[in-house]
Amino acid sequence: MKQLWTKIYAWVDERLELKNLVEYMGKKYVPVHRHSVWYYFGGVSLFLFLIQVVTGILLLLYYKSGEELAFESIQYIMSKVQFGWLVRSIHSWAANLFILAAMIHMFSVLFEKAYRKPREMTWLTGMLMFFLALGFGFSGYLLPWNELAFFATKVGTDIAGVVPVIGKPIMAFLRAGEEVSGATLSRFFGFHIAVFPGIFTILLGIHLVLIQRQGISEPLEAENHVASSRKTMPFFPNFLLRDLLLWLLVLNLLAILAVFFPWELGKKADPFAPAPAGIKPEWYFLFMFQTLKYLPAKVVIIDGEVLGILTFGLAGLLWLLIPFWDRKSSQGERNRFINYIGLFVVFYIILFTTLGWFL
Amino acid sequence: MNEPFQESKRDFLKYFLGGSFFAWVASVLYPVLAYMKPPKQGEVEVSSVKVGKLSEIEKDSGRIVKFGTKPVILVRSADGELHTFSATCTHLDCTVQYRKDLGVIWCACHNGKYDLNGRNISGPPPRPLDEYRAIVQGDEVLVSKKT
Repeated sequence: MKQLWTKIYAWVDERLELKNLVEYMGKKYVPVHRHSVWYYFGGVSLFLFLIQVVTGILLLLYYKSGEELAFESIQYIMSKVQFGWLVRSIHSWAANLFILAAMIHMFSVLFEKAYRKPREMTWLTGMLMFFLALGFGFSGYLLPWNELAFFATKVGTDIAGVVPVIGKPIMAFLRAGEEVSGATLSRFFGFHIAVFPGIFTILLGIHLVLIQRQGISEPLEAENHVASSRKTMPFFPNFLLRDLLLWLLVLNLLAILAVFFPWELGKKADPFAPAPAGIKPEWYFLFMFQTLKYLPAKVVIIDGEVLGILTFGLAGLLWLLIPFWDRKSSQGERNRFINYIGLFVVFYIILFTTLGWFL
Repeated sequence: MNEPFQESKRDFLKYFLGGSFFAWVASVLYPVLAYMKPPKQGEVEVSSVKVGKLSEIEKDSGRIVKFGTKPVILVRSADGELHTFSATCTHLDCTVQYRKDLGVIWCACHNGKYDLNGRNISGPPPRPLDEYRAIVQGDEVLVSKKT
């Protein structure tokens, strides 16, 4: 057996010169310091994304898009298809854990200032992937065509419509018409399974290549130490094996959640029923939802909702562009201001999510 | 000798090819963008719809009526009067409902409230609900657009 592998390796090596690659990978090191634990969340996000790809493809084998078919096809998957309930439940749970892991990854990068020069593009591609992840969540939420999803989509697309000038055409584009309907469902299905995965894969490729090319970022303090006092760990196999062990743990957690807390399907959407009491979006949109609830109808001369949405939009843009305006960190100086902003955002999100959850 | 001539020839080629390239991009993009814009649905103009018999509509209750493709809310107040409005919340497009316990029209999405004249009285809605008209013909209740 071993001989066969050696032969196959030699055959490939002869054609592709694997030796260089193996040598290159052998030189990869991961910095070891007291914040090293945060390095794992990028990998966990990647793992959860892969789970989404696999379970998503499995769901595609039975899912049917359309106003009269979508809800029924998920019912069919959950009640008739062997392990259909499990696949769907894993897809829903992994979606949430994916966003959570990506969020933790994002905040850890922010607090470590790992976005600073020369890693601006890594931050940018990461943030774009994060926005896409929210897009995945939003579009996927509608696919079962249930009551909650219907109103979430109405509100979400209407929010796009609030943006001055370009809002209305964007809303019509998203809804495939004036109202949320079967046409919207088809469109969201297309975004969810083709457009978003395509763009995401390209961004992910760039993100990973950048990390390979530039190596893993170290905290500012560690960078100032003498090279000899810095601790590292080889990526192959030490870090990779730790990564894989964590992936296994995440998979277990996912299985427990999916089995013991199966994802509900709810009631089929009815465009002529009032929005049900207690309606709220997925947890990762909750802080924005709750803010919109508290804003009064008019703030001076602007509609409250317009003000809220534009403020969130502007904040998102500033967040995306952090590496370009935080000059201090790029010059190797400490910038506490970023920590304060980060802490404020974490605190705000936790507070408003909690309020949204319990009120 | 002929360098200025060459130069202008090169310029001409540059603009010609550049221009053709943009024309080509536009001729590809235009159909794609136009394709993505949903066609206008030939909506049947609804002028009024039958709701049912007045005797069957309980006092202090509300219901959603299908008005073409739009939801309309019909509320019969405790004193028996009929109030009709668009059921689409003016805040973010959710469908409103009648809250018996509060005697108001309520949107579950962001806790917006309207009184029985359709006025936004609390929460985030920026405008009153659009008005419709309830017509009683004998015992039959009809809803029509406010003219």
